[in-house]
Amino acid sequence: MTGYNFAYLDEQTKRMIRRAILKAVAIPGHQIPFGSREMPLPYGWGTGGIQLTAAVLGPDDGLKVIDQGADDTTNAVSIRRFFARTAGVTTTTHTADATIIQTRHRIPELKLTDKQIIVYQVPQPEPLSKLESSRAETRRMHGLAEYGLMHVRLYEDITRFGHVSISYDYPVMVGGRYLMSPSPIPAFDNPKMHMMPALQLFGAGREQRIYAIPPYTTVESLDFDDHPFRTTRAPHACGLCGAADSYLDEVVTDDRGGRLYVCSDTDHCETRRTAGHTGTESPPVDAPAEQAA
Amino acid sequence: MTRMLEVENLSKDFLLHLQGGVRIPVLHAVDLHVSAGECVALAGASGAGKSTLLRSLYGNYRAGSGVIRVRHDGAMIDITTAPPRRVVEIRERTLGYVSQFLRVVPRVSAIDIVADAARDMTTEQAHNLASSMLNRLHIPARLHTLPPSTFSGGEQQRINLARGFIGSHPILLLDEPTASLDNANRDIVIAMILEAKARGAAVVGIFHDTHVRDAIADRLYHVLPRQDAA
Amino acid sequence: MTDDTLLSARGLNLRFGNIPALIDVDADLWPGEVLAIVGESGSGKTTLLQVLSGRVAPQSGVVWYRDPEGRLLDVHAMPAPALRALHRSDWGFVHQNPRDNLRMGVTAGGNVGERLMAQGSRHYGRIRAEAIDWLKQVEIDGARVDDLPRVFSGGMLQRLQIARTLVTHPRLVFMDEPTGGLDVSVQARLLDLIRSLVRRLNIAAVLVTHDLAVARLLANRIMVMQRGVVVEAGLTDQVLDDPQHAYTQLLVSSVLSA
Repeated sequence: MTGYNFAYLDEQTKRMIRRAILKAVAIPGHQIPFGSREMPLPYGWGTGGIQLTAAVLGPDDGLKVIDQGADDTTNAVSIRRFFARTAGVTTTTHTADATIIQTRHRIPELKLTDKQIIVYQVPQPEPLSKLESSRAETRRMHGLAEYGLMHVRLYEDITRFGHVSISYDYPVMVGGRYLMSPSPIPAFDNPKMHMMPALQLFGAGREQRIYAIPPYTTVESLDFDDHPFRTTRAPHACGLCGAADSYLDEVVTDDRGGRLYVCSDTDHCETRRTAGHTGTESPPVDAPAEQAA
Repeated sequence: MTRMLEVENLSKDFLLHLQGGVRIPVLHAVDLHVSAGECVALAGASGAGKSTLLRSLYGNYRAGSGVIRVRHDGAMIDITTAPPRRVVEIRERTLGYVSQFLRVVPRVSAIDIVADAARDMTTEQAHNLASSMLNRLHIPARLHTLPPSTFSGGEQQRINLARGFIGSHPILLLDEPTASLDNANRDIVIAMILEAKARGAAVVGIFHDTHVRDAIADRLYHVLPRQDAA
Repeated sequence: MTDDTLLSARGLNLRFGNIPALIDVDADLWPGEVLAIVGESGSGKTTLLQVLSGRVAPQSGVVWYRDPEGRLLDVHAMPAPALRALHRSDWGFVHQNPRDNLRMGVTAGGNVGERLMAQGSRHYGRIRAEAIDWLKQVEIDGARVDDLPRVFSGGMLQRLQIARTLVTHPRLVFMDEPTGGLDVSVQARLLDLIRSLVRRLNIAAVLVTHDLAVARLLANRIMVMQRGVVVEAGLTDQVLDDPQHAYTQLLVSSVLSA
């Protein structure tokens, strides 16, 4: 591809972003400002994530991009194609084959390894933004680790609903020091962040912030002793692969209340089906084939 | 007898800045010693400074010159030079004062006002003692739990007396304690003062009622009006 | 300074442009004692409160605070985190307008519990139980623990603010005209409440008020300020009944009954 630098961004910009990443890794969970560039896609579509990916991407990397767990949505496909064209890297949908995974709103079901980097797209990096509108004040609160206010929010939730009603973007404490937004991943994925072998990078393009969780760092979801953090998932098995422990998407199948629950992580589901797992809705592929033979 | 109160060369003027700085002399070179178990009645014409002297003894008025020594925890302490915190402490444990009027604390019941002033006892003991004192002073039980702001003058005065006596202070300063009382209650107050003297309290008071004065006072101290206005 | 002083200020000076707000002010406070600062608007009393509580730095002078371990801390030389930690645990601040302190979109229980959570309490049931207990102590029905402050009356809001402030059992509370915007009948109730809480919990307080009756009811000692200068200080009843300074005499003679 001519006319573009490798991975679209110029080298000076990538250096600037890498410096921010180094700082972010050095202070786990702490938000680092960076000079976010205009990217050829709108804010909210992953401009922060793309810049991080561009900064860490090398020619030998294998890139996977998911959106809500799926490799085949417009956002995921176009970002994957973007890097295939501007960097010429291999792209893949297989979690196990990827060295860099850019994600919007999910963490793959497959346990990531220390050979991988996961890049999260972040709309709002400030976990206290809904409670305290002043940026100067939230910075002070982070500086002094004054996070009582976040617990006030959980307290109010329990008071109102009997339990913490936050189901995604559930606030976490990183390394026992910084309160952090995990991006809008389901609370179901929160435990995966804890002591993860892979490097986790977070980029917010519009808000111009980068933060990170180095490998093997503690990540605790906020809770109360008598209302401990709990993950929830739809009480079903995947209709296609039968998985009973994965995060499920609900698919409306007809206008008479028909529902299908399938793995949100499409690669996970396909890998399981290839290995022979089936669900209640699996098409009866094997039997007819045998009959025909 | 143990000397409880020593006033030496006490003088007191009032300087009224708002009246063009006029100075009103009230007390001049007062010397007064009171021992334990003794009752001294302040005598003198109206305006001679009896109330001023009594208030000075309590530290409510600031002495102009001279000393007022009070036996507190075994030592004589000059309250004219003691820091305010010390005076608060002396009032708590040593100096009891019954003024002519009850300064009403909003919403606090009569029994709590009295029990609050008790010393060295549990809340329950204080309430029991307060209740029996109020009964003795003929405050009906139904009034004990009410704030005294709506009480009659005589009733308020008796609340004030119960509050002043419950602490069993070693020194009692009484400003017209029987002024608005009927004979029956007056005799009870006389009995209470005599009991205080019997337990060794030094009493200084203003008693216009000669019957009361004769019953309790060991001697009179004449407060002389000052003629020489500056 | 004696050994057990809780708060001690020496030589405080502060000017706003040409206007002197504090001139050579000294102040001392002992544990369990209530000190009233009185004076009319512009006398510097609120500025003094701000300086004593570390919120505004003086141009010269020092404020010492003795922490529970007996160490003397220079309030204006402390690192900001330490001062903030002090403000949310050992100290309390009661504002004239409770809305300046309360979170109006958070339930009464959340408002009272916030300081507990800030100190690390992580048991919902206990925080809530403590909040209910404190609502009762300030004479708010425990059943209203889940109500938003929006629906509370002015007097209730002020009592809620007091519960929110006292829940961590501070040793020292700063109060700025705590009965300021309230009806007279509501004031009396609040005054009595503050008086009994301060006594029962042995809290030391610095109270700023222009109302001499409030000072007389609550304070052991009083400081009278005029144009940044402490013109008279001493026992509350002595200063009010036998004022020495011309300004104090004017102040005392200007009110109906103090």
